[in-house]
Amino acid sequence: MALLRSFLMRLISTAITLFGVAVIVFVVIRVVPGNPIAMMLPPGATDADIARLQAQYGFDKSIFQQFLIWLGDVVQGDFGTSISLRQPVSELVLNRLPATLELSIMALTIAVLLGGAMALLGTRYRGTKAEGAVDIGAGMALSIPDFLWGLVLILLFGVLWPIFNISGRISPALNIDFSTNFYLFEAILRLRFDVIGDLLGHMLMPALALAIPLAAIIAQLLKQSLKETMHLDYVTLARTRGYSEHSVIIHEALPNAVLPTLTLVGVQFTFLIGGTVIIERLFSYEGLGNMAIDAVINRDLPLIQGIVILFALLFTLVNLVVDMLYVVLNPRLRHA
Amino acid sequence: MRPFLSIRNLSVALKNGGLILRNVSLDVAVGKVHGLVGESGAGKSMIGKSVLGTLPRALQITGGEIWLDGVDLLSIPPAQRRKRIGATAALIPQDPLTALNPTRRIGPQITRRLVDILGWTKADAQARALELLEEVQIADPARVMRNYPHELSGGMRQRILIASAFAAKPKLIIADEPTTALDVTVQKQILRLIADMQARHGSALLFVTHDLGVVSKVCDALSVLYAGKVVEDAQMRRFFCRPVHPYSRALLAATPTYTNPTGSLMPVPQSVIDAVEREVVQHDRRWRA
Ligand SMILES: Nc1ncnc2c1ncn2[C@@H]1O[C@H](COP(=O)(O)OP(=O)(O)OP(=O)(O)O)[C@@H](O)[C@H]1O
Ligand SMILES: [Mg+2]
Repeated sequence: MALLRSFLMRLISTAITLFGVAVIVFVVIRVVPGNPIAMMLPPGATDADIARLQAQYGFDKSIFQQFLIWLGDVVQGDFGTSISLRQPVSELVLNRLPATLELSIMALTIAVLLGGAMALLGTRYRGTKAEGAVDIGAGMALSIPDFLWGLVLILLFGVLWPIFNISGRISPALNIDFSTNFYLFEAILRLRFDVIGDLLGHMLMPALALAIPLAAIIAQLLKQSLKETMHLDYVTLARTRGYSEHSVIIHEALPNAVLPTLTLVGVQFTFLIGGTVIIERLFSYEGLGNMAIDAVINRDLPLIQGIVILFALLFTLVNLVVDMLYVVLNPRLRHA
Repeated sequence: MRPFLSIRNLSVALKNGGLILRNVSLDVAVGKVHGLVGESGAGKSMIGKSVLGTLPRALQITGGEIWLDGVDLLSIPPAQRRKRIGATAALIPQDPLTALNPTRRIGPQITRRLVDILGWTKADAQARALELLEEVQIADPARVMRNYPHELSGGMRQRILIASAFAAKPKLIIADEPTTALDVTVQKQILRLIADMQARHGSALLFVTHDLGVVSKVCDALSVLYAGKVVEDAQMRRFFCRPVHPYSRALLAATPTYTNPTGSLMPVPQSVIDAVEREVVQHDRRWRA
């Protein structure tokens, strides 16, 4: 019962958040200068042509009226038609979403593995040079933002020592027809190892750029949390029972230490998804973020709105998953 | 009979120099209860931790021997030491609220190390856990094994920790103030339980407390610790009739009894404190020399 109520509250607050986002985006992109219609038409177009097209897209009405019309359509699942690409926004956006999801999840996986390993290492060898190395490494990784890491990686592995693909999502020469846009997921299911290799080769650099700062955050937080947990009585007790130091860290301390880290990683993951906008551009990766930049350049109002709403939805979803995981991993809440 | 635990001239110091334990020696025989008393900060817990190998990182053993079942723990490699301790000794901790892992069910917290470290079968470990939970008077042990720690009271948790301590049939139990974190009404029961379990299993018990009343009830012998130094080491009866050291006398005088119910209100006389401080300073000089 309490669970159902908290779920309903969640749903309502999500709806309110999305509505707020929609209002802000709607107003902001109409207030900034730049006329999408004028950009569509060839230079010789007459004022009458512009007015006709403006009416077709509804831009001749007041912002308030436009918003009501747009909202009415959205409720029915219609996000309008892209001005620059002349296709339904929902179709465009959903086609690109899998690419961004795969990239973000890959980056998150790398960050968790890398940051987790660093935290465990720093805890196992605390008080030694190894811990110092972890601290310094994490500090440095954190002081450089993801897009600069992207540039560094491009210079290193794209220019100086070109072993990875630094452009696109997949080699065009590859002979495969996908039935979904989840290329990596599908390639794994179909056991096409050549395709998996090619996809990973394209993804690794942008994913790494996104992952490095998050890995550093995880390393610092988890190590701190582990350190505090290592002083607790039940960890000491496990030690007196003959367990080795790393068995104590992994089996006794870790399950508790991940809890405070988890919440923050959730928040940071939404930042990471935001980071895909620039990183995808940098690596010409055909995802949502790359499309978002084109949409802004072309003043493609319906498309911008659609993408922003989708990002907002994604963020709330991530938070929901984190909250659920927290309950699953924490027995004190599971039975409450 | 050879004592099961024999601590010889143990010295422990802070890594940056300060002495925590000075030449501590004490013996605990199988089947006997040895009390360890002294005021807060005297170093009682550090003795237990030295034996179990769980000293805080800021501290280190600077000298002495710790003989456990005929082996000097300080002369064997750490991995081997940890295995020996795990197989022959166990700790009953002070605070049952923090001594159980909150993310894991009770059952595995008792049985896992029997399987992992001591190589028992799962079924044996399970049966042993049920048997012990019954022995510590937990109703419906099968259900409790599936509970998480937060679902149980402090008294229940301490019973579980006692059961867990005895699970691997250890010959030495170290109990570090096992009742101070509990409700007064539960303290007596837990104390009784520990004494009963010790008697039934015939293990050696090192019992850390600052309550002389408790010591008089359960111990066969005791060591009085002051500022990291054993100032008196005596059989129970001798101690209560004829305490030798002035600090012991002050301690006894400060313990409320039927004949002297206000005893706890008397401070330790300054002359006694001065005398002990002098001794300690002398000892330090000798130790440094
Ligand atoms: N982690 C640590 N770092 C530095 N000094 C410590 C540490 N732990 C304990 N000490 C010092 O060691 C001394 C002995 O502490 P110990 O815990 O053994 O006292 P105790 O006799 O058990 O006292 P209590 O009755 O309060 O439990 C104290 O003076 C304390 O300041
Ligand atoms: Mg203590």
